[in-house]
Amino acid sequence: MEQHGLRTYLIGFVLAVVLSVIPFWLVATHALPPRRTLLIIGIAALLQVMVHLRFFLHLNFRTTPKENMLALMFTTLMIFIMVGGSYWIMFDLHQRMMT
Amino acid sequence: MSEHEREETETQEQRNLGFWLYLMSDAVIFALLFATYAIMIRGTDGGPTGKQLFDLNNAALETVLLLVSSTTFGFASLSARTGNRGGAIGWLAVTFLLGVGFVFLEVREFAGMIAVGAGPDRSGFLSAFFTLVGTHGVHVTMGLLWILIMSAQIVLKGLTAPVVSRLYRLGLFWHFLDIAWVGIFSIVYLPGLL
Repeated sequence: MEQHGLRTYLIGFVLAVVLSVIPFWLVATHALPPRRTLLIIGIAALLQVMVHLRFFLHLNFRTTPKENMLALMFTTLMIFIMVGGSYWIMFDLHQRMMT
Repeated sequence: MSEHEREETETQEQRNLGFWLYLMSDAVIFALLFATYAIMIRGTDGGPTGKQLFDLNNAALETVLLLVSSTTFGFASLSARTGNRGGAIGWLAVTFLLGVGFVFLEVREFAGMIAVGAGPDRSGFLSAFFTLVGTHGVHVTMGLLWILIMSAQIVLKGLTAPVVSRLYRLGLFWHFLDIAWVGIFSIVYLPGLL
């Protein structure tokens, strides 16, 4: 097991704070048009998930067992297929019902 | 390392993989609840929308509580690894209190919504909302229960190898719940209040 010290958790904490404050601040102030704010919320969320995986769950390509990485990648693929597929079907259905 | 110790390490590693696989299946459940929510978001049936119901300050406070609790859990893991029993229990206690604060805010929000007639039976949107956020809340509550059990084990058994290993898996669970929360505030609360 890799030795992850106090520094790792503190870096993760600071990064997560920054990546939370930005979207919350944008929604609170309406500083940008909605579409752009949505985009930034999405990007900040993806980055924050990666920060959590790296600094809190200590996932990396050196010490994390290969099986765990494979399971994570397979899960990501499954989520992509199922969520993307649900969206595709439901919006297609919505279009057909409306016309 | 003796034969017994090596076997012990191997067992713990297998358990870590098993628990990781459970977390991945849990991630799939959350992803599908997110997809359901996103599809149901317009199905308000003329009832209240997210914009009318959600409170940005409440969501922000919940985010703070959960993020700080994730960090304090990290401190508990560090203490446990250096054999610091008091530190581990102390940080677990802090984590527990922050988690209780989170669940309190969530229950208060739910009760407030139900009180104004915006319960899960009001519309498809609200059913999806309560299912998604409620599932996360139940996970956090289970995590709190597990923290109590883990603390009792540290007190009674000390920081033995199996106890530290269990604490590691509890840590995976707790940090995972913070990731699910990032999804909830980014998909439910922030876009809802935009």
